[in-house]
Amino acid sequence: MEQYRINPSKGMEFGLYSLGDHIPNPITGERISASQRINELIEASKLAEQAGIDVFGVGESHQTYFTTQAHTVVLGAIAQATSKIKITSSATVLSVSDPVRVYEDFATIDLISDGRAEIVAGRGSRVGAYHLLGINLQDYEEIFEEKLELLKKINEEDHVTWQGEFRAPLQNAHILPQPKKGSIPIWRAVGGPPASAIKAGHMGIPMMLTTLGGPAVNFKHSVDAYREAAEQSGFDSNSLPIATTSLFYVADTTKEALQGMYPHINGGFQAIRGDGYPKQQFAQAPDTRDALMVGSTQQIIEKILYQNELYDMQRFMAQIDFGGVPFEKIMKNIEIIGNDIIPAIKKYTAK
Amino acid sequence: MKIVALAGSIVGSKTKTAMLKTVEMLKQKYPEHEVKLLDLAEYTVEFSDGRNYFEYEGDTKYVTETIMTADALIIGTPTFQASIPATLKNIFDLLPVNAFRDKVVSSVVTAGTAKHYLMVEQQLKPVLAYMKAHIVPTYVFIEEKDFLRKEIVNDDILFRLERLVEDTVLTVEAFESIRAKKDKEYDF
Repeated sequence: MEQYRINPSKGMEFGLYSLGDHIPNPITGERISASQRINELIEASKLAEQAGIDVFGVGESHQTYFTTQAHTVVLGAIAQATSKIKITSSATVLSVSDPVRVYEDFATIDLISDGRAEIVAGRGSRVGAYHLLGINLQDYEEIFEEKLELLKKINEEDHVTWQGEFRAPLQNAHILPQPKKGSIPIWRAVGGPPASAIKAGHMGIPMMLTTLGGPAVNFKHSVDAYREAAEQSGFDSNSLPIATTSLFYVADTTKEALQGMYPHINGGFQAIRGDGYPKQQFAQAPDTRDALMVGSTQQIIEKILYQNELYDMQRFMAQIDFGGVPFEKIMKNIEIIGNDIIPAIKKYTAK
Repeated sequence: MKIVALAGSIVGSKTKTAMLKTVEMLKQKYPEHEVKLLDLAEYTVEFSDGRNYFEYEGDTKYVTETIMTADALIIGTPTFQASIPATLKNIFDLLPVNAFRDKVVSSVVTAGTAKHYLMVEQQLKPVLAYMKAHIVPTYVFIEEKDFLRKEIVNDDILFRLERLVEDTVLTVEAFESIRAKKDKEYDF
């Protein structure tokens, strides 16, 4: 775990992440400016650090209703604004970028932040980036596998000699700058179904798994399949960290949490997927067994500990700003996370 | 209430004839509701390529968005090779997985032979159920011999279409009241 900068004895890590979505606040119908949205993200990272949150992530999506397409630039600003918190992508759509360039960017963020940068590489669940950046969606599977392998190789080797289908070959290339300690943690972003969890396992690369809602136990298959595939390929699954992610909203009472989150999750899904979140399903969400993180402080603590038992993951990442959540609500969530949730989960998970 | 009638083929006249009749009955019986006919023969719809439906342009965007705003969808389909035509399947492929959640969907089917009378049960309804439609159980099956020169000439079919139109509207109302009752339980 050390090479991934994870120390299990300190207990499970808690992180925040954002897709940088830029959706009108469904309650007021108003949308803040892109500038305000980005600056509030940077501000949120500072508050997260002060609250004792371990990780802060920003992801990229290249289409309407998003604003952090240049997520590495935002992460650079966060690196400058903070001093302790780990900085990650959530995720980097590696398929549409050059792995060399991605590595250069994150190595630079690692230097700015004094060794706090990580990469979470994914294929992207929205196809906007492919059309915009001229990547053939036909190659969706293969292009990602090839680029992730190359990224991993760059991270592991000083001088890289490599040949593939989707990029010019590298001949003894020295990729600069080098990160502070010569390498940085690289994770694979995995959606719900086990197929890409299995690929992550075979590659022996840490996995960040989305568990956006529905019964938490449904995602257990992916966790097990990941560890099994890692073992099959000769990796020690105990040395590979797993992170899970979910949409998150905490308030003093269950009722307040449901009322606070519903307009945003429903409006957010409506905007980016074209269908909302059914109320009936949402009403079931505070149950400990449901993966969607909505509820009172105590309910959220129970959910996270339940999932920790189920998955034995090393990190939980919460998305608290989806669907035009205003900044004061984001601040309130960070406050509860820092004051009550993190102390409770660290207490139970520290070894 | 918004009702969309969809003629799912780009060739032939029977499905369209049936849908024109259906729309006429809807407008006559329920002038208070908004009724729109989408005849796929009049649009150029792209094949689904993985984008969200609202990210297409032109006809593809118009057709899918019109369907997504409907409370009820009456699908008219011919029978091609013992199934629905590819043009209709493409519409389903363009839409999100849960596209028909909280929508009522009913069907009118035309076929060259009575041998296809279970086509809707075996081919269309499983797709609609997967996409979370409230399916009106009965459908109207119309054969070649029920048409004469672009008119429906079998009274039984006309009566059944009338009942289908009624059932569609009543089913929307029924599910609206169920939803309202459920929503009242929730305080969010």
